[in-house]
Amino acid sequence: MLSDYHFIGVFVLVAIAFPFLALGIAWLLRPKKPNPVKTAIYECGLETIGDAWVRFRAQYYIYALIFVAFDVEAVFLFPWAVAYHRVGLWALAEVFLFLGILTIGLVYAWRKGALRWQ
Amino acid sequence: MGFWNFVLNFWTELGAWVGNVLSGWGLPPWAVNLIADVLGVLVLVVIGVAAVLIFTPMERKVIARMQDRPGPNRVWPYGLLQAIPDAIKMLTKEDIVPEKADRQLHMLAPILVVIPSLLVYAVLPWGPRIIGQDLNVGVLYIVAISTIHILAVLIAAWGSDNKFALLSAFRVVNQLLAYEVPMILSILAVVLFTKTMSTQGIVEAQTLPYFLVMPIAGFVFLVCALAETNRSPNDLLEADSELVAGYMVEYSGMKFAMFFIAEYVNMFASAILLSTLFLGGYKFFGLENAAPVLTPFIVFGKASFVIFLMLWFRATFPRMRFDHLVGFSWKFLVPLSLVNLILAGIAVKIPVADPRWEPWVQGGVMAIASLVIIAATAWILNRTARKLEGAPALKRIVAAER
Amino acid sequence: MNVSQGVFILLSAVVLIGAAGVVLHRNLFRAALFLILSFVGVSGLYILLEAELLAMVQLLLYVGAIAILIVFAIMVSRQLMSPQFRDRNEQWVGGLLVAVVLFAVLAFILLQVNWPTAEAAVPEDAIAQLGQALVEGDQFVLPFEVASVLLMVALVGAVIIAREK
Repeated sequence: MLSDYHFIGVFVLVAIAFPFLALGIAWLLRPKKPNPVKTAIYECGLETIGDAWVRFRAQYYIYALIFVAFDVEAVFLFPWAVAYHRVGLWALAEVFLFLGILTIGLVYAWRKGALRWQ
Repeated sequence: MGFWNFVLNFWTELGAWVGNVLSGWGLPPWAVNLIADVLGVLVLVVIGVAAVLIFTPMERKVIARMQDRPGPNRVWPYGLLQAIPDAIKMLTKEDIVPEKADRQLHMLAPILVVIPSLLVYAVLPWGPRIIGQDLNVGVLYIVAISTIHILAVLIAAWGSDNKFALLSAFRVVNQLLAYEVPMILSILAVVLFTKTMSTQGIVEAQTLPYFLVMPIAGFVFLVCALAETNRSPNDLLEADSELVAGYMVEYSGMKFAMFFIAEYVNMFASAILLSTLFLGGYKFFGLENAAPVLTPFIVFGKASFVIFLMLWFRATFPRMRFDHLVGFSWKFLVPLSLVNLILAGIAVKIPVADPRWEPWVQGGVMAIASLVIIAATAWILNRTARKLEGAPALKRIVAAER
Repeated sequence: MNVSQGVFILLSAVVLIGAAGVVLHRNLFRAALFLILSFVGVSGLYILLEAELLAMVQLLLYVGAIAILIVFAIMVSRQLMSPQFRDRNEQWVGGLLVAVVLFAVLAFILLQVNWPTAEAAVPEDAIAQLGQALVEGDQFVLPFEVASVLLMVALVGAVIIAREK
């Protein structure tokens, strides 16, 4: 099994080298003449007002939390899906229960309006 | 006979020949392995980058035709090599870093965005035994590696210190994360049928293309692929006309090109993945056994077809509103793919006496059940739409203006 | 020294550099990035231990979900990094004491344990065996189902916290 991964290891090294190579070539070729107007923040032609860090909604964060719950669930299901042909029909019932409990959570979030953008 | 065999199995013969030449130089086995690995990786990287040169002109031409205009037509021939002058231009453009930006992180993001998009090619199958490396966890590897993309976008936004970039980054987290869940769930339905996560194994197990067996999973995967590769109508991260190119707004020259390359490399990879999972991969009516030399072209053809579909979507659908887009995933695609997963679980357990008929019977049941579910979904959507009689928000606007 | 030992040393270095970066960096965002570097290194170590599923799960969950949640939280609460907040802990003496004691306890345990080394190779169908173990009645089916209850509770909790705003 470990022998499967020498290729991946080499690939990781080459993939890391690729952007450095491309950016390096560009660094050799391109002009370098910055001035204050060029380096100003790009914002529709007007001068920037205030900080970039305006407050963001907490709701963005809730979506991310829901995602984590479903991602963890998916991770449990991958080995189950591979092993499914070896186990009886009860395995389906167990996963049905597993998904059902999580779906209650999703339905709750939906009912309470956490999925609605206010 | 020998000659024809050589031609038909050209790719495997080529691999064997390279191996022989390398060991003929008297190199130790580990060095032969290493050189073979490096050569394989370089080929895959070149394929990935060539996708940019092929599909950018294709995109511009196809969309131009759909919008009834000629598109790029100055560069010989018919503007098809437009990507090459574009690349030269990108290379020689000045790199502008905004004054307040975090220079190191601004630099890190374009590097980090390309790496995962290339790494995915390691497990995409091009033919029987024509694959970078067949892993036991193939599809999981693809999903896991692709998540690094989200991180690169966040770093880009943080590094640029720009309102629009940040606004875009906050959408990234929601859009990419929301569409990852139904994507994984539809891949799981495929894994239930194939009993393996190896990409090669998935193609081998496909007697029928899974798009016919489970149209729901195929449809969900296609929509998710559009969202994950940030293509219109799901291109809210970028939204050229609203967020001034989103998280890439402060990038220019080669750094911008890195994001651009990553986008097309990703698009090609997910088109290949879609053909692998749902369109039979390198299989094409037995041609893969008759002439294995053609398999990479079959994969390329199927992937090009998928990309054409993506371009067609881009040319015809309007961009969705952000909350609708995220809601569509959580409220529609996730429940639908959960139902699809359970259906697949039931269909795979149908006992069939003759193993030869197993994929047909189970696949047939799955297909019919999917069609029933699709009809039911359409009926529910239709009824809900009738009940609403137009969006409530629209009603409110109309009432306010009156 | 063979190749896998070299790779092990390299990956361990990545993990340790990442861990050190998390603790030493003043900038929270960069500290989070070092944490991610550390996670990636751990994933590589899993591959070296022939636990490929675990390696992918490490990438998918820790890099793809949890790390992004952390980075995201830092981005939402950027005010914490403004100069008016002190970035020095006034209770550093106590903290140091606890850290030293914890290190001593961990080091003691690590040195005490007689580490077993597996003689048998990892079976070809390790992933399928794991999947089977998750649903077999006499193995891990209860933890498996309880995990989903835990996830549901986390989900409901997140929604309730969000609603209080």
